[in-house]
Amino acid sequence: MSNNGNGRTNGSPRIGVYICHCGINIAAKVDVERVTRFAETLPGVVVSKEYKFMCSDPGQELIQKDIREHDLNRIVVASCSPLMHEETFRKATANAGLNPFYFQMANIREHVSWVTKDKDLGTEKAKALVAGAVRRVSLHQALEKKRVDVHPDVLIVGGGIAGIHAALTIANSGRKVLLVEREPTIGGHMAMFDKTFPTLDCAACILTPKMSQVKDHPNITLWSYSEVTKVDGFAGNFTIQVTRKPRYVNEDECVGCMLCIDSCVYKQARVDDEFNQGLSKRKPIYIPFPQATPPVVVIDPETCMQLSKGKCKQLCAEACEKHAIDFNQKEEVIEVQAGAIILATGFKTFNPMRIPEYGYGRYLNVYTSLEVERLVNASGPTGGEVVLRDGSKPKSIAIIHCVGSRDHKTNKYCSRVCCMYSLKLAHLMKERSNAEVYNFYIDMRTPGKGYEEFYDKLLEEGTHFIRGRVAEVTDWALTDAEEGKMIVRVEDTLVGMPRRIPVDMVILSVGLEAQPDADDVRRLFGVSCSKQGWFTERHPKLAPVSTATDGVFLAGACQGPKDIPDTVAQAGAAAAEALAMIDKGFVELEPNTAFIDEEVCSGCKSCIPMCPYTAIKRDDEKKVAVINEALCKGCGTCVATCPSGAAQQNLFLDEQIYEEIEGVLNYV
Amino acid sequence: MSDAAAFEPRIVAFFCNWCTYTAADLTGVSRMAYEPNVRVIRVMCSGRIDPEFILAALREGADGVLIGGCHPGDCHYIEGNYKMLRRYRLLLKYLRAMGVDERRVRLEWIAASEGDKVQRVVNELTWTIRELGPLALPVMPQPEGAGASEESALAEANA
Repeated sequence: MSNNGNGRTNGSPRIGVYICHCGINIAAKVDVERVTRFAETLPGVVVSKEYKFMCSDPGQELIQKDIREHDLNRIVVASCSPLMHEETFRKATANAGLNPFYFQMANIREHVSWVTKDKDLGTEKAKALVAGAVRRVSLHQALEKKRVDVHPDVLIVGGGIAGIHAALTIANSGRKVLLVEREPTIGGHMAMFDKTFPTLDCAACILTPKMSQVKDHPNITLWSYSEVTKVDGFAGNFTIQVTRKPRYVNEDECVGCMLCIDSCVYKQARVDDEFNQGLSKRKPIYIPFPQATPPVVVIDPETCMQLSKGKCKQLCAEACEKHAIDFNQKEEVIEVQAGAIILATGFKTFNPMRIPEYGYGRYLNVYTSLEVERLVNASGPTGGEVVLRDGSKPKSIAIIHCVGSRDHKTNKYCSRVCCMYSLKLAHLMKERSNAEVYNFYIDMRTPGKGYEEFYDKLLEEGTHFIRGRVAEVTDWALTDAEEGKMIVRVEDTLVGMPRRIPVDMVILSVGLEAQPDADDVRRLFGVSCSKQGWFTERHPKLAPVSTATDGVFLAGACQGPKDIPDTVAQAGAAAAEALAMIDKGFVELEPNTAFIDEEVCSGCKSCIPMCPYTAIKRDDEKKVAVINEALCKGCGTCVATCPSGAAQQNLFLDEQIYEEIEGVLNYV
Repeated sequence: MSDAAAFEPRIVAFFCNWCTYTAADLTGVSRMAYEPNVRVIRVMCSGRIDPEFILAALREGADGVLIGGCHPGDCHYIEGNYKMLRRYRLLLKYLRAMGVDERRVRLEWIAASEGDKVQRVVNELTWTIRELGPLALPVMPQPEGAGASEESALAEANA
């Protein structure tokens, strides 16, 4: 066989061109037949064929058969994006004995058929792209992928249920995990909830055992109150800088006895308790909640007398028998290595101040759903008793759905969880306070195992459901019955008339939003996010936990609103993907590194400052630049800078790109 | 310019693999149609785009060039897009001096999630160039000894 692929030295290129119909995805807007006949006329093309689905087995076999029968040494496939199937066709090429880099793809689906209205124009554009690919592939060279060992540890960012589940899955497989959480405790939002829908099992009862497992697991290192501040490297070999904030308490010594909290000079708790959504107070030295993990107190430097004023009797330190309190603790910056990263940074809830007509912040008894979660929680500020801020019990309660969701003024998307948690809260409120509960909804969205049944149950429990978006919550009473109450004004779209419902308490079912610093986080890890701030997965259907950056995976609501079952499922998937990468032991790098032609290099050093990875040095003896291939990441910036053309990039040689330019322009 | 109505510009686009090329894929997946005049060439980073590529495209018959990279601070390779920006600014000066309308060569930062921006930018550039008309490069002085082409250029000038 002469087709061992070294076309540059083994005579002229013999190109096979394959145009894919992709069902009708391409064929509807591109005359595939015409493009195929056109490709036949291009220089070097030996065969040109069309097929319904090139990526299918018969499609790939077609290529392989032709490679053998027609002695082909170059392959062009015009189909979808190379980001989708380049790997598939490279493998098919390689399986027929040809070097996989003698292959080039023309993107005539994403870049042509899906974005062009006119079939003739689409066909012309497809012809141009095929011509570019054919011209380019003639100059392709045989290359080999480089293998790099993978560091076996995994970094997980965020200690909510997503991060916890992913950490335990990986740790149970025997791999080491570093779990970094920026709050003083792990647990995330789930730790704040009272019950979980639709089974109504207690959130703490199912979550806290997992939290202690994280703390005790020999394979998990838990760094709470810490943040990732720098990420370097690439898939398989990340170098991560973690900043550990001072909690002014020695974590190894503290046993969580809380004697220090009792003896704090603040006799009364005066600081808003973040965990209880400000519904109760805490002291400057505190533990977020009884089952906090790690069970270590933390001192808030803003309100602590010693840390803010420099003057205090330091009774807390005196009370601690373990001498764990250390006012001189400093921020620590630690560098760690990991092969894979899982982002599980979660969400924040919508701030209803942005919809002033609902009265949050104006009327004392308008609550967010998260505040109510704390209110009905047995370990919450009222011990689980449903009471208003003045201590009275509400007799009627309104739950307003879609606050900050499905709303063109705030967020257009559906937050997915609010209908179900509103039903859950309706059930809990009814059970605990026996009040009349009114749900104001736009559409009831309850897809999920057991969800619709839960809705049915609520309908039977005597909860009122009023279909319509609430216009406003007001205290402007029109009748005696409305006096002293808040009135929910709504158009009941099922009855077809405006209504006024007087209530004692309003619960706003706030939607889910991306974390406010999602943009910084995504930049740090080199992933992208949607306009709303949700991290973007590599493929919405087929790669839902991977990102465009190899080795970085997503879990939980940082990727988009989702409930606990979906979050846990996704966290498991992310853990599996990370493990698959690590257990393979190596990653293959695209051979697109730069190199220097020593014959041409004049040693001018222009390229050296261009390299972001300091991969280029000057060999002072030979007076030429030298590229360290292990450090080169293949951006090609040095190549574009080189005034003499001595620097070149594999897969993106200057001459290959010039051919492609000429091909797409002069294809007729 | 009499046939300006029939004129369809040819535009070459150089898109970086990580942001703009991915964004263009998203435009496709979202089925956002745009003008079919652009031909995308993929490079790993906008920092790989040699200004000579742009000149080559104009020389080979492109009426305009679009360069797409990651937003400042987002570059997959840390700062390749800044390097492209520097070259782009210099190139514009050069193009102006050559009598090429600088609106023909456009640099845009398009993130992977901005499929709609690809649509908008390609449309805007196509419409702009449609109005500007074909890129009529001035007859280039040929190097000495170029032979026939030089003679024919001279003959043309004399005619």
